[in-house]
Amino acid sequence: MTELLRLDEAVETLVHDGDCVALEGFTHLIPFAAGHEIIRQGRRDLTLARLTPDIVSDQLIGMGCVRKLVFSWGGNPGVGSLHRLRDALEHSWPHPIEIEEHSHAGLANRYVAGASGLPFAILRGYAGTGLAAGVTNVAEVACPFTGERVSAVAALNPDVSIVHAQQADHEGNVQLWGITGVQKEAVLAARRTLVTVEEVVDALEPRPGATVLPSFVVTAVAEAPGGTRPSYATGYSERDDAFYASWDAISRDRRTFLDWMDAHVLAGARTR
Amino acid sequence: MSVDHTALSRPGDVAPLPGSAGVRSPAGSGATTDEVMAVVASRELVDATTCFVGIGIPSTAANLARRLHAPRLVLVYESGAIGAKPGRLPLSIGDGELADSADAVVSVPEVFNYWLQGGHIDVGMLGAAQVDRFANLNTTVIGEYASPSVRLPGAGGAPEIAASCGEVVVVVHQSTRTFVNELDFVTTVGHGDGPGARERLGLRGRGPSAVVTDLGVLRPDPVSRELVLGALHPGVSLDAALAATGWPLRVAPDLSTTAPPSHDELAALRALVAAGARRP
Repeated sequence: MTELLRLDEAVETLVHDGDCVALEGFTHLIPFAAGHEIIRQGRRDLTLARLTPDIVSDQLIGMGCVRKLVFSWGGNPGVGSLHRLRDALEHSWPHPIEIEEHSHAGLANRYVAGASGLPFAILRGYAGTGLAAGVTNVAEVACPFTGERVSAVAALNPDVSIVHAQQADHEGNVQLWGITGVQKEAVLAARRTLVTVEEVVDALEPRPGATVLPSFVVTAVAEAPGGTRPSYATGYSERDDAFYASWDAISRDRRTFLDWMDAHVLAGARTR
Repeated sequence: MSVDHTALSRPGDVAPLPGSAGVRSPAGSGATTDEVMAVVASRELVDATTCFVGIGIPSTAANLARRLHAPRLVLVYESGAIGAKPGRLPLSIGDGELADSADAVVSVPEVFNYWLQGGHIDVGMLGAAQVDRFANLNTTVIGEYASPSVRLPGAGGAPEIAASCGEVVVVVHQSTRTFVNELDFVTTVGHGDGPGARERLGLRGRGPSAVVTDLGVLRPDPVSRELVLGALHPGVSLDAALAATGWPLRVAPDLSTTAPPSHDELAALRALVAAGARRP
């Protein structure tokens, strides 16, 4: 069932050029370490799916890993813009990227359909907005019972979904708690899954409100303590708000960005 | 994050933390314009109702209301925190403080599908980069979609918040950059193209009931649905409001003046902001 791998082995095995890769984590439990490993391994032409592309997405885009971004809100929460995303969209740097943009409810329901084994999900949304007019994977459908018009969104089934969790056991059963976002849906919708964890423990302790991902839906677990920083893991770490604020200056300038990535992300490959 | 709309109210700029904008309001109370906006917006919230909260000034206003006249206001964040009671202002909609203090934490699909779309939220608070005369909102791009001059974060939760909340309060700085004759992109439908638009689109909530700006408060005309300036903040001239609007602004015949932030309101707001600044 689940393989317990080193993070570099897991990314090498599970993430391929051209894949649709979902990196989920709604402010909390963002899989930064896995994103950095994807950058170090130089993956290209990825379709990156993420409700809230934030710093890790900015880094993947700025380092040229992403061909297409599927998203619903792309910003640095409480701080401002994602400058690498903006540079890609406004100036095609380092290369042009394609975007498919949704609302949170719309993209969340794409995962729900994918996790449910259905071709699409329905919601009340998009009507009258510019999103309805321009976006693929959204269409209006009639309720077969009442004729009422609602929006349909196509299922999203990523080649690989990557999430970060607090704990896994040695069999690869995973437990995450706190804000759990859309991670369960992203994992159940995916063909392959990688979960990075703060720690591998002998036994998972049942926790009210926690999400459990049993080993039979987890392809690989990689231990990555602190692997969600500057995001946070409830029970393990606090969100590094100061780093989110400092990213604005780091990412604004291409050279500063590249130097930072070289020193803080790529250097990890050279020292291994 | 999604609903980090106030971060967008000045396209291209880095948004200040709530309340940190140092611009003095002419209100004379010593309050900044952002403080006036937060206080006036907080007054729109009624005790014992449920509020879907965006980050930035909307979050500041909602948390302020809970400390003043609406202690039983239920704050719902799109991260799935229901009944959040943060002790300090969160920087993002997913701060641990929101989850730790909430009555329940649910998944993102659940908060949107069951709680919002299911019709359980009374009022939504949103910001925007652009607003038009029918309180439709743009948080997507300035310029052409395919080749934007400014790429903004996008929709987040806003379209469905505006679709399904009982009503919506919009909080936005007012200038000819933000109050535009035509949106560059319709991210979120307010009152569409006027009477009957929401019904035709199948939007169940009543739509925007107020737009709170740094200059005053606008409300939709009950018939035409067009925004009408109903009140100016103390010290703001009508000419200033007209000049800051990209269309011929309608003005209520009984145009009033908002009450300046009271001592208690300002003290509570500043304590809230100070607590937020003391994060680890």
